[in-house]
Amino acid sequence: MVEVEADFTAQTPEFRIIGLPDKALGEAVQRVRNASSNAGLDVPRRRLTVNLSPASLPKHGSGFDLSIAVATAAAGGALPAEAIRSTVHIGELGLDGRLRPVPGVLPSVYAAARAGFGRVVVPHANAAEAALVPDIEVRAAASLAEVAAMHGAEVEVPEVDAVEMPVSAPADADRLDLADVIGQDEAVDALVTAAAGGHHLMLSGPPGAGKTMLARRLPGILPLLREEEALEVAAIRSLAGEPITHLDPVVPFVAPHHSASPAALVGGGTRVARPGAIVRAHRGVLFLDETPEFQRVALDALRQPLESGRIEVHRAGFTASYPARFQLVLAMNPCPCGNYGVRGAECTCPPMAIRRYAGRLSGPLRDRIDIDLQVARVAASRATSGEASELTSALARVRVVAARDAAAERLRGTPWRVNGEVPGERLRVGALRLPVKVRAPLDRALERGTVTLRAYDRVLRVAWTIADLAGATTPGIDELGRALFLKKGLLA
Amino acid sequence: MAAKDELGRAGEERATQHLRSRGYAILDRNWRCEQGEIDIVAFRDDRLCIVEVKTRRSELYGHPFDAIDERKRRRLWRLAFAWAAAHPDAARRREIRLEAIGLVGADASTARLEHLVDIL
Repeated sequence: MVEVEADFTAQTPEFRIIGLPDKALGEAVQRVRNASSNAGLDVPRRRLTVNLSPASLPKHGSGFDLSIAVATAAAGGALPAEAIRSTVHIGELGLDGRLRPVPGVLPSVYAAARAGFGRVVVPHANAAEAALVPDIEVRAAASLAEVAAMHGAEVEVPEVDAVEMPVSAPADADRLDLADVIGQDEAVDALVTAAAGGHHLMLSGPPGAGKTMLARRLPGILPLLREEEALEVAAIRSLAGEPITHLDPVVPFVAPHHSASPAALVGGGTRVARPGAIVRAHRGVLFLDETPEFQRVALDALRQPLESGRIEVHRAGFTASYPARFQLVLAMNPCPCGNYGVRGAECTCPPMAIRRYAGRLSGPLRDRIDIDLQVARVAASRATSGEASELTSALARVRVVAARDAAAERLRGTPWRVNGEVPGERLRVGALRLPVKVRAPLDRALERGTVTLRAYDRVLRVAWTIADLAGATTPGIDELGRALFLKKGLLA
Repeated sequence: MAAKDELGRAGEERATQHLRSRGYAILDRNWRCEQGEIDIVAFRDDRLCIVEVKTRRSELYGHPFDAIDERKRRRLWRLAFAWAAAHPDAARRREIRLEAIGLVGADASTARLEHLVDIL
């Protein structure tokens, strides 16, 4: 919350804004002066000092224009100071006195509501976005004169066209359905498992096998966001500068290009922090296509949020902390040319290149991946047979929600909600430990050294999810075998 | 005398009356030196007041106070010290203060008068 104070002193005219404004905010001097006179609000010819408190925190952007203008009008006597005390004002001013929309309204209004303010005034184009926040009265205004009249000033309110937001392209108009995936029943099954357990997933396979197609359908089978989660997601999108008109209950899907820099993934900026791709994937899916092509530092930036669910952006002047709890989906080819191990195709990569390619993924990152799925090209006979997969996204989502409910029931009283979050020792020792008979193949693999203890835990987690999906109370030999299969190469 | 100078002169006359009625003792008017001119030097409450008078017919080209900017203020301070140096007896041990009087109106006797005490 930033408090805007305005005070006139009996000195020759001057208009100063203090409290570490940036360039855009410093220029508010001109906008406020012209907008006020065009709105019929008289600015006294004295020295005006506007202070933005807390004064030591750098402030940026044009969203303070309206509150500066209102505070100025109140200091000059055009508005009763009492009337504006419990109201938060957000908006940029045009020279003609019209209000222009600003980014980041949703989190601002959210913070105002939490700070106990009862009313917020926003530009017309931001009204729908601000109205998403409960427990606060939202007043939309088209011009400064309208705001002044609202607070009881005697000004003429001109009929103006409200400034509208630029219309953005409709996002993902065509819904992607799981039924579009043909002949990849294994992969679809693994995708549903990943969704049900919140497991991080790696898809590897030759080009054209459908890795991207599968990944894009993951949000469609994940449970819909609850209202407060959707609000969080919308707040992040608002901070990133996207116009928000309604709460989207479908989880976000963020697919940064593999040339993305660490700053683009994490978030950055010199004076202003902007959320990066990782943050925008909060509560949703972060899909890294062609994972080995990413810069290694960029990939390692994923480790902190994967560990803690938050990401910190540190700059010389500020630190920002964002929520970043996402489901990671990686996709990679088996080798740089993509044909290694593909039947009927010839790989032209030298062995060294293949090893280097696979080695780009650091061990700590691999350790987070619960499901490692090999996706093969679809055989021609199945692709052209015309029979559609019977599993639609809607059906899959019902199964996922049921499995998640079962897991949540079992994990009640713990900080975890899905199997993917449960630490390994909880599944190895204690109440959830599986009987020796079921564990036998896994224990043998551990003794032989073909799985590490970490991989052992991951197999257990996935086995529990498969059991939840099947409606079983505990995983049996079949579920464990299937989980082992999803960790490729173990039983080869 | 040009019309604008006449208006300015009439404005200064009005300002002088105003200051007298507020208990100022006028020490000097239109004092000139090589750096410029001081409109009014007055004395009140043991303070030496350097008063700049600005008269305008209307506010179409801005308020009179808008004309008193940072540069003008700095020059007024220089003039104030020049006056004090030239009149050591009157200025001794006295605090110096800059004041401004703005008048808006075609006729100085009826113009709207604003008085700023201590403009720094």
